Amino acid sequence: MSLKFFLENAWLIALLPFLSFAIIGLYLHRWPKISACLSIVSIGISLVLALGTAFAVFATKEGVVYEAAMRWLDMPGLRVDMGMLLDPLAAVMLIVVTLVALLVQVYSLGYMHDDPGLASYYAYQSLFAASMLGLVLANNFGQLYIFWELVGVCSYFLIGFWFGRDSAKEAAKKAFITNRVGDFAFLLGILFLQLLFGSLNYGSLATALEGFNNSAVLLIVALLLFGGSIGKSAQFPLHVWLPDAMEGPTPVSALIHAATMVAAGVYLIARAFFIFSASPEAMLVIAVVGGFTALFAASIALVQNDIKRILAYSTLSQLGYMIMAMGTGAMSASIFHLMTHAFFKSLLFLAAGSVIHALANEQDIFKMGNLYHKMPVTAGTFIVGALALSGIPPLSGFWSKDEILAGTLSSGHIFLYVLGLLVAFMTAFYMFRLVFVVFFGSNEAQGHPHESPWIMTTPLAILAGVSVVAGFPGSPLMHYAFGHYVNSPAALHVVPGALTMIISTLLALSGIGLAWAMYQQKLLEPRLLVDKVPQFYKLLINKYYIDEIYAWIVARAVDATAAWLFWVDINIVNRLVNNIAFFTGRSGETLRYTEDGQVQSYALYMFGGIIVILAAALYLGLPG
Amino acid sequence: MLSNFPVLSLALFMPVIGAIIIICLPKAETRPIKYVAAVSTFISLALSILVFIAYDRVQGGMQFIEHIPWIADLGVSYALGVDGISIPLMLLTNLIGFSAVYASWHVADRVKEFFILLLILISGVMGTFLTTDLFIFFLFYEVVVIPIYLLVIMWGSSKRVSKEYAGMKLTIYLLMGSAFLLTGLIALFIKAYTLSGVPSMDIATLSGLEFPLEFQIWVFAFMALGFGTLLSMFPFHAWSPDGYAGAPTAVSMIHAGVLKKIGGYGLIRIGIYILPLGAKFIAPVIAVLAIGNIVYAAMICLSQKDLKYIVGYSSVSHMGYVLIGIAALNLVSLNGAVIMMFAHGVMAALFFAMIGNLYEKSHTRNVDDFGGLAHQMPRLATGFMLAGLASLGLPGLVNFVGEFTIFIGAFRNYRVLTIIAVLGIVLTAVYILRTLGDVLFGPRREEWDELQDLRGPELVPLIVLGSVIILGGLYPLDIMNLINGGVEQIVNQTGLHNIQAALWTGGIF
Amino acid sequence: MMPGLSHYLLLAAGLFGIGVYGVLSRRNVIAVLMSVELMLNAVNINFIAAAKFVNHEQIVGQVFALFVIVVAAAEVAVGLALIIAMYRHKKSVNLNDFNLLKW
Repeated sequence: MSLKFFLENAWLIALLPFLSFAIIGLYLHRWPKISACLSIVSIGISLVLALGTAFAVFATKEGVVYEAAMRWLDMPGLRVDMGMLLDPLAAVMLIVVTLVALLVQVYSLGYMHDDPGLASYYAYQSLFAASMLGLVLANNFGQLYIFWELVGVCSYFLIGFWFGRDSAKEAAKKAFITNRVGDFAFLLGILFLQLLFGSLNYGSLATALEGFNNSAVLLIVALLLFGGSIGKSAQFPLHVWLPDAMEGPTPVSALIHAATMVAAGVYLIARAFFIFSASPEAMLVIAVVGGFTALFAASIALVQNDIKRILAYSTLSQLGYMIMAMGTGAMSASIFHLMTHAFFKSLLFLAAGSVIHALANEQDIFKMGNLYHKMPVTAGTFIVGALALSGIPPLSGFWSKDEILAGTLSSGHIFLYVLGLLVAFMTAFYMFRLVFVVFFGSNEAQGHPHESPWIMTTPLAILAGVSVVAGFPGSPLMHYAFGHYVNSPAALHVVPGALTMIISTLLALSGIGLAWAMYQQKLLEPRLLVDKVPQFYKLLINKYYIDEIYAWIVARAVDATAAWLFWVDINIVNRLVNNIAFFTGRSGETLRYTEDGQVQSYALYMFGGIIVILAAALYLGLPG
Repeated sequence: MLSNFPVLSLALFMPVIGAIIIICLPKAETRPIKYVAAVSTFISLALSILVFIAYDRVQGGMQFIEHIPWIADLGVSYALGVDGISIPLMLLTNLIGFSAVYASWHVADRVKEFFILLLILISGVMGTFLTTDLFIFFLFYEVVVIPIYLLVIMWGSSKRVSKEYAGMKLTIYLLMGSAFLLTGLIALFIKAYTLSGVPSMDIATLSGLEFPLEFQIWVFAFMALGFGTLLSMFPFHAWSPDGYAGAPTAVSMIHAGVLKKIGGYGLIRIGIYILPLGAKFIAPVIAVLAIGNIVYAAMICLSQKDLKYIVGYSSVSHMGYVLIGIAALNLVSLNGAVIMMFAHGVMAALFFAMIGNLYEKSHTRNVDDFGGLAHQMPRLATGFMLAGLASLGLPGLVNFVGEFTIFIGAFRNYRVLTIIAVLGIVLTAVYILRTLGDVLFGPRREEWDELQDLRGPELVPLIVLGSVIILGGLYPLDIMNLINGGVEQIVNQTGLHNIQAALWTGGIF
Repeated sequence: MMPGLSHYLLLAAGLFGIGVYGVLSRRNVIAVLMSVELMLNAVNINFIAAAKFVNHEQIVGQVFALFVIVVAAAEVAVGLALIIAMYRHKKSVNLNDFNLLKW
């Protein structure tokens, strides 16, 4: 089998999960176990194909680029293709998505084993995998937008999977609508691209864009496209949906809301890097939004008590990191971090899911404790993930995080560099706060916690292994191969210096140390700290009141306007119509009295009429 | 093979034949009556699928032509023919007509009369799309009005307004629209007569004449009023929510699904085709009103509690997309408008079918009365979800194709207006998801435990319309090529192409 | 002084006016019928006068007057028959009782 085979048939990677979705939806929904197996098998084959494709792409020194497409919508003036663009960036994403999706689907067999909706769960999982892979494969913005929306709707269904809960229902709705706000901007960006450059294909656009560097239209387009990223990657101010999205089953949170879908915003910037990099102002905006989100979310994560929410805010913060890296031009570092983050964050979520599963859906970390001895595999893998996230060498997070920090430094954004270091410290702290409280804490958990079955722990172990080694392609050990392949002519590529590595490692270690001191050794009572700055604590615990502000805006501005407009419609537009009808009816009522049935009245009208006509004839002159 | 066989006439009069057979059946035999209705609409549907497949896309233009001179002095002839614009709408009519018969399977009261009127209605609507003669077009349009009125006042339901009020309002608006239309048509005929010296009602012939600019402007204004009212153009939309709320399910389906589309179809086929200069002059006004439709109606949807009102206002909102697509007067936007009419028709019909079914079983349409229905009625929930997602323009469903194409096309001519129009996708998402969430999701409610899920004939609308929504969304290439063929001809023939090309390429590079 | 055309016309107009007044104001159906006869005779006078003063070679006016007399006779016959029918129905010849054309 030649490597060409994989390139030419890469579309199967997305099609197989879609077929699995269709078959489950149409025929298999009565047989949940068969559905699950079908779904897992199809994503498994996709993984094999994705690996083959990656082999083919990385076969040469420069990396192979392969593009193919079929028409989907074609008329003079608009063409949208269903195509695939295979290059190192896409290859990396394909592996990440298929691998994590496969492991999550296997894990779900254990986690969801007694759920009555198992078949539809796997149908949605398959649809999601297909859409996400279609998004990754896309060779034009039209296709990207199509799959962008489709992953959104899968996310909607999976967040609201337990639709009997009001909270899940609300969270799903919130996620979709918030994303729609971002997509509004994204779609406008696409409209501008089509209008200005007459094409949506990446390649054609890149050619057409030459000579537009630094122009105002490009800034507008770039910012509008970034709007899509803000929504999907949950950047401030559209971040509100992601923490609520934790209402979905935990494997879903791991796959969609940590590893893959939320990273689509980052992927978008990488894909459209030729647009963004041509507009320095847009890059600055991106860097600042990303940096701010990283810090903002990390600060909220410091005080949360729900295990999944801590991880969710951590995801927000890490996504901010990636976006910030994009903004500073370190595109390769950002994608590198996207990849490593996908592995260790899905690991963390799945391990957290294992804990939640063992504790009968308990999610408050202060109601857990001392689980290390009862759930050794879960605890061990979780700690590996936490170490990777904190950036402890030689785990994967270390390499990618340092590359981002190096990028901020060499692009001259000292402020962002410091901010990045601060976030690295906070990350280490809140992750190990979680680790110490949950796995080593003195609180005794309710019930009888037990290790999860092998079907759940095996994916954990695999992900833990991947989280350890995934950083090596971007490390000096492998001559920074990652950055060599996944790159863009306009991107900045720097390798972290020793100083950055040392500083970041020290900061991470001190974060872990502080957490250990506060939550393990109780050397420093957290309460004391809270009492020092009660206002600030209140602000953090209430997530800066962003949700409340939005709720107020929706209720006051949107709903009130809606009610007022309905009043207008009924009382002005409708009343106008009704009044016209009423007037017609009333004039009929009035004139009716002239028709009294008396022959003589009719004769009188006739006579009067004749007189009028005669008078008119006399006055105006007789006709003829 | 098909060249001499009057496919279109057969498709057109099949429902009427069905109605005649039903007339001969005894009143009490409700089952045969329904079967006759189903079979006759099915034959029409099969014929229109046949036409869809057999239409020669390479050759293009009007095909399956039938031509019988009728009133020579007025140049009227019974002329049928279809092209890329009318085929989708013919197909739409029959898809919905067939589904509507099944959606009314449980009508208990005066079954015979109901199906007779319904079948006449279907034929009437279909006729407007099939004919190439202005007079016949108007004739069929008038044929539609009477059955609609009777169906609403006899089998409708009263909520916020009484069904008599709703039926009257609907009828008066339809007739008002037709009054404007008639004025325009007569003016057109007389002017054409003086210009060419030959009386003609043939649309293609009329479009070949060069009407003076001023005449075009005012006649197009009349047509825009007439067709606009039919298409529920803001602020002439007041009939739409009340009308749909009062009407029985099948009528809501047909009305929102296809009858409304006569407005858009007429604007393209008669307005733009015959009076391109007038269209160009009036178009900006229509575009502004379209924004009124999109945003204003979508906002009102947010405050509605009655399911039928939500869909009613939402259909007003969606017609805004069609209107702005028409007003942008370029190939892409007109293509978008046509596919959007098709897509909205299927979606709205599915929505009304689901609402009708739910109302029939629960006797309420208030969103607050429901909750967690997906527990008891998963199939109904699927139908609602499909219609809702199509409504909010989810890619992979046919409505997205329409919206996307319209936005791309309209953006060429109206920057700011299109940006506001795109805002519609956010508002739509808000009200659709709110409604669906409140009706379908949430905790199980005991009081609805005895509700039966869809089964048997009730499934037909879901399967027929649902599969069209999905297939059209996954593979729009063919139907878009078909539409493009029809629209391209109009655009090229009227010279819109040149006018607009100059207008937009200037600003790009 | 010889009576001229205008004298005849004035007489006819007067007679017609009386007839109209009778038709419009009398409630008794028979009186109304009689007033109609007056109006018809006013028309007859006009015909005769016009025949004498405007075109006295021909006798068109006289012929028309004869026609009118014949029609009037027929009308009276039908009218009286109707009145009898109405009287049988309502026991009244008062026009106010016959407002059945009202909606």
